[in-house]
Amino acid sequence: MRKAALLAVHELAKRDPRVVFVGSDITKQNLEKFAAEFPDRYFMEGIYEQHIIGMCAGLAMSGKVPYINTIATFLTRRCYEQVLIDLCLHELPVRLLGSGGGTVYAPLGPTHLANEDIAIFRAIPHMTVVAPCDADEMKRVMAQSLDWHGPLYIRIAKGGDKVVSSDARGFKIGEAIPMREGKDVLLISTGITTQVALDAADLLAKDGLTATVLHVHTLKPFDTARVLHYASQARAVLTIEEHTLVGGLGSAVAETLMDAGQGGVPFARLGFPDVFTEELGSQAEIMGKYGLTSANLATKAKQLLSK
Amino acid sequence: MLVGSGRGHVGAALSVMEIVRVLYDDILRVNPKLPQWAERDRFIFSKGHGCLALYVMLAEKGFFPKEEMMRSCHFGSMLGGHPESRKTPGVEASTGALGHGLSIGVGCALAARIDRKDWRTFVLIGDGESNEGSVWEAALSAGKHRLSNLTVLVDYNKFQSYGPSKDIQDLEPFADKWRSFGFAVREVDGHDVPALRDVLKAAPFDESKPSALICHTVKGKGFKTTEHNADWHHKAKVKPEELALLLVELEGLP
Repeated sequence: MRKAALLAVHELAKRDPRVVFVGSDITKQNLEKFAAEFPDRYFMEGIYEQHIIGMCAGLAMSGKVPYINTIATFLTRRCYEQVLIDLCLHELPVRLLGSGGGTVYAPLGPTHLANEDIAIFRAIPHMTVVAPCDADEMKRVMAQSLDWHGPLYIRIAKGGDKVVSSDARGFKIGEAIPMREGKDVLLISTGITTQVALDAADLLAKDGLTATVLHVHTLKPFDTARVLHYASQARAVLTIEEHTLVGGLGSAVAETLMDAGQGGVPFARLGFPDVFTEELGSQAEIMGKYGLTSANLATKAKQLLSK
Repeated sequence: MLVGSGRGHVGAALSVMEIVRVLYDDILRVNPKLPQWAERDRFIFSKGHGCLALYVMLAEKGFFPKEEMMRSCHFGSMLGGHPESRKTPGVEASTGALGHGLSIGVGCALAARIDRKDWRTFVLIGDGESNEGSVWEAALSAGKHRLSNLTVLVDYNKFQSYGPSKDIQDLEPFADKWRSFGFAVREVDGHDVPALRDVLKAAPFDESKPSALICHTVKGKGFKTTEHNADWHHKAKVKPEELALLLVELEGLP
């Protein structure tokens, strides 16, 4: 997924002279062609995220469209004030490509896990937050990123994630995608939990239950219309995210349902509780411990439906 | 503005008044009728709390009507307690949180270089602001990129909110720090208008380096009441008798 994103930046740079790439001491892999072809628009900078955000603000104020890539944790937390003031207050077209959103870097421990990136960026006006589910969808996000107004954060998953998205379903930043439709339960997911939700829908089908899987790739602006539409047709609504339950997808769905007076529907949220996920191991192991699995999602759905 | 709003970072504004005046009178290529003119020089007022000095000059140059100053900080005003680029014509960047402007300036200077444009970037920062690590991140980067189209002006008034800077966070040897980060450095009396004019006309001080001009200033310069007086760092409710004292001194000036 990161590869798809970086190669796409090169393609965009060929099309548009405004495109600038800025890395923060990251590997040159997949950037070689950009660096060779556009040396004056390629910046490999030091490990100073605060400065990089401000610098990209200055570039954007002067007509450029900077794409920044570094590890999601450092791109979201270390420079939060710069993101809020320099990018969002000024509503500048800077693109933040955060590698390893969620628990991708599980073996590296809690300093490297971005489990709250969506929540903290959702809180900032003018910010856009997108979590694509696979590399193909990343390409669609990148294609639309060039002309997107204002700052854009793109959460990059582990890579090699099963491809479940398709051109046929279309893609537009800000519009949730129904991946399959059913009558009994609505499963709402984002990023790579969409694959988990689709697997859960298969498990439910074995029990004769049909599920809608709504892939909310864009967390902000939030597609309240589609969430409410599909929620109104379901007997239960569940959300699943590789993220803290404080302020992420589940929170956004709950807010949406309550605000619209649809809070009566049986509802459950799956995500990380308010803890540091510091178990090490793998992304799959950590997600397993906290129940972010297709089996657990299907079980929870059945429990809600049987109430 | 002090009369209109009864508040402001008075000391911080008075220490940079001559610097801002010389920039707008003699150095900056700007057009008040076209604040967004693509070929303009960029002036990032990073020590945003000193914005009273900036507002006075922008109004003087015709970026907005002088009457706006009487409404500063009031609901719906275009002039806030810190400068905002989306509200005020002539303000390049919204500042107020310290340590942001120099990085923005580095980005502007890089953009000009990419586009092979001759407009320049000037950033005014404070000495207290130089406590922020991000200032030195930006300095590292400016030095690395050898941004000769970037000039940082440091308002070295040696005072911050609590009191003398040397008691809070000494910056010395200050000029050496900038030099070691790759800047060509000069120092000047920040209240000496002819000297400021001469040294700024000489920038860049080195054709292959960013320039740093350390301006030795007096916080609250110009009024006996405010000079070297931490009480005037920020005033939220200026009393009529305090204002009267300033006005008496102002009218007594030659």
